Amino acid sequence: MFFDLTDEQRMIQRTMKEFADEVVAPGAIERDRKKAFPKEIFQQLAEMGIMGLPFPEEYGGAGADTISFAIVTEELSRVCASTGITYSAHISLGGAPLNLFGTKEQKERYLTPICTGESFGAFGLTEANAGSDAGGTETRAVLEGNQFTINGSKMFITNASYAKHLALTAITDLKDGKKEISAIIVPTDAKGFTIKDEYEKMGLNASNTTELILENVVVPEENLLGVRGNGFKQFLQTLDGGRIGIAAMAVGIAQGALNKAVRYAKERKQFGRAIADFQATQFKLADMAVKVDIARTYVYKAAWLKDQGRPFSKEAAIAKYYASEMAMEVCDEAIQIHGGYGYMREYEVERYMRDAKLLEIGEGTSEVQKLVIARHILAD
Amino acid sequence: MNIYVLVKRTFDTEEKIVVSGGKIQEDGAEFIINPYDEYAIEEAIQKRDALGGKVTVVTIGGEDAEKQLRTALAMGADEAVLINTEDDLDELDQYSSAYILAEYLKDKEVDLILAGNVAIDGGSGQVGPRLADLLGINYVTTITSLEIDGTNVKIVRDIEGDSEVLETTLPLLVTAQQGLNEPRYPSLPGIMKAKKKPLEELELDDLDIDEDDVEVKVETVEIYLPPQKAAGRVLDGELQAQVKELVNLLHTEAKVI
Ligand SMILES: Cc1cc2nc3c(=O)[nH]c(=O)nc-3n(C[C@H](O)[C@H](O)[C@H](O)COP(=O)(O)OP(=O)(O)OC[C@H]3O[C@@H](n4cnc5c(N)ncnc54)[C@H](O)[C@@H]3O)c2cc1C
Ligand SMILES: Cc1cc2nc3c(=O)[nH]c(=O)nc-3n(C[C@H](O)[C@H](O)[C@H](O)COP(=O)(O)OP(=O)(O)OC[C@H]3O[C@@H](n4cnc5c(N)ncnc54)[C@H](O)[C@@H]3O)c2cc1C
Repeated sequence: MFFDLTDEQRMIQRTMKEFADEVVAPGAIERDRKKAFPKEIFQQLAEMGIMGLPFPEEYGGAGADTISFAIVTEELSRVCASTGITYSAHISLGGAPLNLFGTKEQKERYLTPICTGESFGAFGLTEANAGSDAGGTETRAVLEGNQFTINGSKMFITNASYAKHLALTAITDLKDGKKEISAIIVPTDAKGFTIKDEYEKMGLNASNTTELILENVVVPEENLLGVRGNGFKQFLQTLDGGRIGIAAMAVGIAQGALNKAVRYAKERKQFGRAIADFQATQFKLADMAVKVDIARTYVYKAAWLKDQGRPFSKEAAIAKYYASEMAMEVCDEAIQIHGGYGYMREYEVERYMRDAKLLEIGEGTSEVQKLVIARHILAD
Repeated sequence: MNIYVLVKRTFDTEEKIVVSGGKIQEDGAEFIINPYDEYAIEEAIQKRDALGGKVTVVTIGGEDAEKQLRTALAMGADEAVLINTEDDLDELDQYSSAYILAEYLKDKEVDLILAGNVAIDGGSGQVGPRLADLLGINYVTTITSLEIDGTNVKIVRDIEGDSEVLETTLPLLVTAQQGLNEPRYPSLPGIMKAKKKPLEELELDDLDIDEDDVEVKVETVEIYLPPQKAAGRVLDGELQAQVKELVNLLHTEAKVI
């Protein structure tokens, strides 16, 4: 057992902590209000080489590990979860499948611009009738000669407005009524491809969530990502990694809410004393700290397993399930400690709670995480 | 261009600082690169990128100072030198620090030395000028702009809110004031490479320095935290009465009028 971060991980943490406090935090309330995508922040992150963090250097990445990815995602989310989810999706939904399943040519062409920050990464899985049941995909890709013609639509796709290309899942064949699902890389400027950024969301307002509409979109057969018919398996593997990102976001949001609650409790005086002097407040803060700490430790464990090349699917599901639920609980208590002020935008904890709710839904709902965990337990 | 940057590991004065037994408690304190030294590092990197050459960051301290050197390497410095006095010396002051640095630098080819204007812990601002004096080179303190053309140097320095423009020549030592530049965050590739960059560790022996040569000349009599700021008071009542009370308090309590 060794519980310390490496020197590099610690330096990344320190750098990202400063960056988050100095660059990301100041505009967070305004971006939430105006639904303004944090473009300049990501330009800076690209200059710092953060956009290709875990990917190989030959494609412009930095070759860092999953724990470092979790650290960066946590630190960004601690001050602005919209920035956090944009980053997490960019890496773990956008870049990761290209890195896992792409050919050398595909990586050079599609992963490199993701690493340099020239394109954001995105991944199109969810459809109107295919959410938790992602196999319910209805989007069709018909191969004729050496071209796919794609028709269908996708819902709730993060980052697509800022992506130059993205991978999406489609039915490429029907055999005895059974769907063959494959992943295909589609340039976002392809003819017939429309991206709508029109959702009115509860939170994560500064992040980009889109609807994709594909009408006779034609791409060459070589845009097939990975093995034909393996689309389902591939995205399950992609989501395993993504869940570490969502869990790291949850830890960041909860840590941010806890920090604000601690500061407020020490400052706020009622009945002639700081409310931090009341045991009722202390117990709340203690419970919050316990949850954040346990979640972070577990996120690191899941990330560590992934870095070791060991199975981590169950652990990623546990991390995501526990961390996202604890983030909601911690945000709830942070608002409670702030009293009426916590209900106000200026104090930020209300935004933390709105943002945190997505974590129990995206990349597999809490219920789906429990299904995954149970499947592992029952198979043991 | 052979550029050296003097870097000091200091505690973060924005974090909580605890003094006990006449000393600042190191346990639990956060340590950083002295913020003024960050301007010096940034300027050195920019000058190297523009003019070519090498940036070496130098510190005197203990093993722990390696962290700050690695951060400077991650920002983009090429090499680092840790003059480790942990086993030889209990204390350092401006005199001994400058002496040790001069012994290290005296036979190096030096074009430019950058240091922070002050270290935020001791705040003396002396090490840079003393070192320049020992090396017999020019120095300019609190600079906010540096232009190098061959061996000619044009400098703007901050003089208590106003600016002074100077011309001088290399070799030169300057100390960096806030406003000189905007220090970069270490890049991720920089962080990943920092461990592989050369970091030389020297002791006083390696520099042929005798402990007696560097006996401190400054005696620290006491270290204490600034007094807690007392809560403000809001006066109430009739305006006339408030003014009267205020004047009265300024006279009798604050004793400023
Ligand atoms: C802000 C945001 C960003 C997103 N980004 C992306 C993205 O980038 N790419 C992408 O592909 N998708 C994205 N999604 C979609 C997200 O992954 C889905 O919303 C999620 O998987 C849930 O699917 P659904 O919304 O269709 O809900 P449903 O699947 O309809 O679920 C509704 C409820 O039923 C429950 N339920 C469903 N099946 C079961 C079952 N078998 N047992 C028990 N309970 C069950 C669920 O847990 C849930 O509580 C995003 C969503 C949001 C809101
Ligand atoms: C939308 C909205 C509408 C409102 N409408 C009205 C209105 O119409 N009229 C009106 O007068 N007010 C109104 N309020 C104010 C509301 O009643 C107060 O916000 C509420 O009473 C809490 O007070 P506070 O915000 O000052 O929180 P605080 O009293 O500062 O409480 C902060 C935290 O400390 C805890 N705490 C405080 N004292 C103790 C203690 N002794 N022991 C343990 N824990 C303690 C609290 O439970 C809370 O968790 C409204 C507030 C909002 C947000």
